[in-house]
Amino acid sequence: MDVFSHLATGFSVAFLPLNLLLVLLGCFIGTLIGSLPGIGPINGVAILLPLAYALGLPPESALILLAGVYYGAEYGGRISSILLNVPGDAGAIMTTLDGYPLSRKGEGGRALALSAISSFAGSMGALLMMVICAPILSQFAVQFGPSEYVWLMVFAFTCLATMVGSRPAKTIIGVLIGLVLATIGIDSGSGVLRFTMGIPNFFDGVDFLVVVIGMFAISEIFVLLESWARNDLGVRPLGKSFVTVADLLAVKWVVFRSTVMGFLIGVLPGTGASIASAVAYGTEKRFAEGKNEHFGEGDIRGLAAPEASNNASAVGAMVPMLTLGIPGSGTTAILLGALMMFNITPGPLLFEQRPDIAWGLIASMFVGNIALLVMNLPMIGLFVRLLSIRQAYLVPVIAMLTFVGIYSIHGDSFDLFFMVLLGVVGFLLRKLHFSLAPVILGLVLGEVLEVNLRRALSISGGDWSVLLDGPITYVMAIATVVAIVAPSLMRSIKMRKLLAKANEVED
Amino acid sequence: MKFKLRILALAAGLATAMHAAAFEPSKPECVAPAKPGGGFDLTCRIVSNGFKSADLLNTPMAVTFMPGGVGAVAYNYINSNRRDDGDALVAFSSGSLLNIAQGKFGKKLDENAARWVGAAGVDYGAVIVRADAPWNTLAELVAAVKADPTKYVLGAGGGVGSQDWMKAAILMKSSGVDPKMMRYVPYEGGGEATAALMGNHIQIYPGDVGEMVGQMDAGKLKMLAVMAPERLEGEFADIPTAKEQGFDAEWTILRGFYLGPDVSDDAYNYWAGQFDKAYENEAFLQTVHEKGLIPFKMSGEKFDRYVKDRVGYMRDLAKESGLIK
Repeated sequence: MDVFSHLATGFSVAFLPLNLLLVLLGCFIGTLIGSLPGIGPINGVAILLPLAYALGLPPESALILLAGVYYGAEYGGRISSILLNVPGDAGAIMTTLDGYPLSRKGEGGRALALSAISSFAGSMGALLMMVICAPILSQFAVQFGPSEYVWLMVFAFTCLATMVGSRPAKTIIGVLIGLVLATIGIDSGSGVLRFTMGIPNFFDGVDFLVVVIGMFAISEIFVLLESWARNDLGVRPLGKSFVTVADLLAVKWVVFRSTVMGFLIGVLPGTGASIASAVAYGTEKRFAEGKNEHFGEGDIRGLAAPEASNNASAVGAMVPMLTLGIPGSGTTAILLGALMMFNITPGPLLFEQRPDIAWGLIASMFVGNIALLVMNLPMIGLFVRLLSIRQAYLVPVIAMLTFVGIYSIHGDSFDLFFMVLLGVVGFLLRKLHFSLAPVILGLVLGEVLEVNLRRALSISGGDWSVLLDGPITYVMAIATVVAIVAPSLMRSIKMRKLLAKANEVED
Repeated sequence: MKFKLRILALAAGLATAMHAAAFEPSKPECVAPAKPGGGFDLTCRIVSNGFKSADLLNTPMAVTFMPGGVGAVAYNYINSNRRDDGDALVAFSSGSLLNIAQGKFGKKLDENAARWVGAAGVDYGAVIVRADAPWNTLAELVAAVKADPTKYVLGAGGGVGSQDWMKAAILMKSSGVDPKMMRYVPYEGGGEATAALMGNHIQIYPGDVGEMVGQMDAGKLKMLAVMAPERLEGEFADIPTAKEQGFDAEWTILRGFYLGPDVSDDAYNYWAGQFDKAYENEAFLQTVHEKGLIPFKMSGEKFDRYVKDRVGYMRDLAKESGLIK
């Protein structure tokens, strides 16, 4: 088989001592960076890029190092999500929803182990898919036009609707706040500045990470301060729990579905880990309905889904980058820039002209993911011990890290003020019993939805029928309708069955 | 007496020597108004690496990042905090100039709020279509668009009012189609636009020559014209300019540097001089090529005037196409 001989070439590159060292180093740095609130894969890769260049590494080694940081960060992001309710990066927001409740119950070890294994499975599954069908997939990514994106976002919003829970009005308001934030900046359709208040920092829109860290991390600090003022900073149970075989068997299909979804969403240019994890979480919640479901209160399925999905999407994002020279996410855009710095043009010819780079990278990702799992599992005990640090020490450290992290994005103190302001808003929203995840998802999904809806309409000249054009749009439209109608339909069928049974008994 | 004279002569000599080296940056810095890895980063690398390989720097030059609004954040920052800092070169592109022309960098901040000091290089617009598109010359393409401007969709990596949109508008204008009639779709960056072209969501992509290096060999896209004043050298030598095909559509993507508005003449002349030296240096020119640009040798007052003229031209264009009233 062709694939195997290519992979063999790849492994011969990946197993060079220098590259082996770099992949381990990259994964380790990535885990660390991912676990620090505020510094995500984008910053990690961006920070290391000049270093890799200055060290004079050969291009394939530099790429192996940077890619290691990228997917390592997707692993690390979950740690602070689960333990502290502070997402380490944007892709780990959904992980807080069920991960944090688990750690509050003293099952932090179980949550960390399960999420590490889900992440591993997600990455490996995605890698296999990438090796087998990268060329077809890059074609699929290109076929995905504005109308298809619109449906994907509508579908994602319907999945969101499952998060409505007991407070539908508050969820909707949360999403609307996110949508409003998404409209800030230069409107690409008309070139008009929207809601920027004349502040140049808003021209490119609101930085997604600033919102995430402000709303989650800073507001969490306020919550901790409040409980300190009230003197009820309880000691959190540590527990020595670990993942069981029964847990793994319970989530095997969840992980499988989330991996496929995450990978495909990652392949699409313009959608990344945050959207992938949101769609996976929402879909799995739908699947779990009526099956002893307690999503949001520490359901292991709600933890496995986003973790498998965000790791799979990181791998997926590499597909269009390597095969077409088109970045699949913000981080791969930087990786692409890195390749250009080494005078390598990624694109259709990369696999033919520089197979050592393309296949070397892919092979190193197999090595890196195994290394990450091996590195992460024994360290879980250490991570959980984080919780035994007195809050009086922990809170200032979190605060410091978030400030440094956000400052490192733009090097502008404006972001710090804006982040604190958002933190106050986030704190107030939490006091009013709003959930913050819908705000963030409104921001991410809203932007992609608006941009693509307007692209679709400017292609058609304002004709809405463009939205139902081509097989992909039909499939996605049907999926959306099913996602909306199915749960209530299922419920009424169940009710009818119950009624029928009741009638039988009466007879 | 003799002794005194000697001291005097020495003192005079010292004074002239000191005058000649009146300015020397202590901490040279290049501010890239974007995130690492972007176009401005590459622009900064041209001076930080290029000057180094040309031995024009005594101290290594640091590259710092200040993303936001195609340079708007950096322009405002320099104008409020480091107006007279002769150590900091700031990268800009014609995209930044276009925004200045439209008054988007702030009400009081026009092209006179900076000292334009030297060019890094240029790139040119290019008209790109799918390899299997029915057109082989710009004339064929224009005839098809003219017949029904709503049938073919143009798309590029920037929003309405960006230089990508401007390229599309100029192309339409030169072929006698009202730019307001064209269907233009904004994408986020050239990569997304290239993907849209490959997927046939858009049919015409007014992109840049530089980003197409390597893409042409893959055989999925073809370039109908370069929007340059004359034919390019090297890989793109076979591609005719729009002008020689009879369309007055030219778009030069300029990348260069400015200093703060109150920077001393000494510092300004120092940097202008360094650029002049760099333009004569093979190692520097090699760096420019490596970053996908074509050398453009202009610095100092001449460059300052050139930039200001460009902004004026862009302002007229923006008025004509209804972007500013």
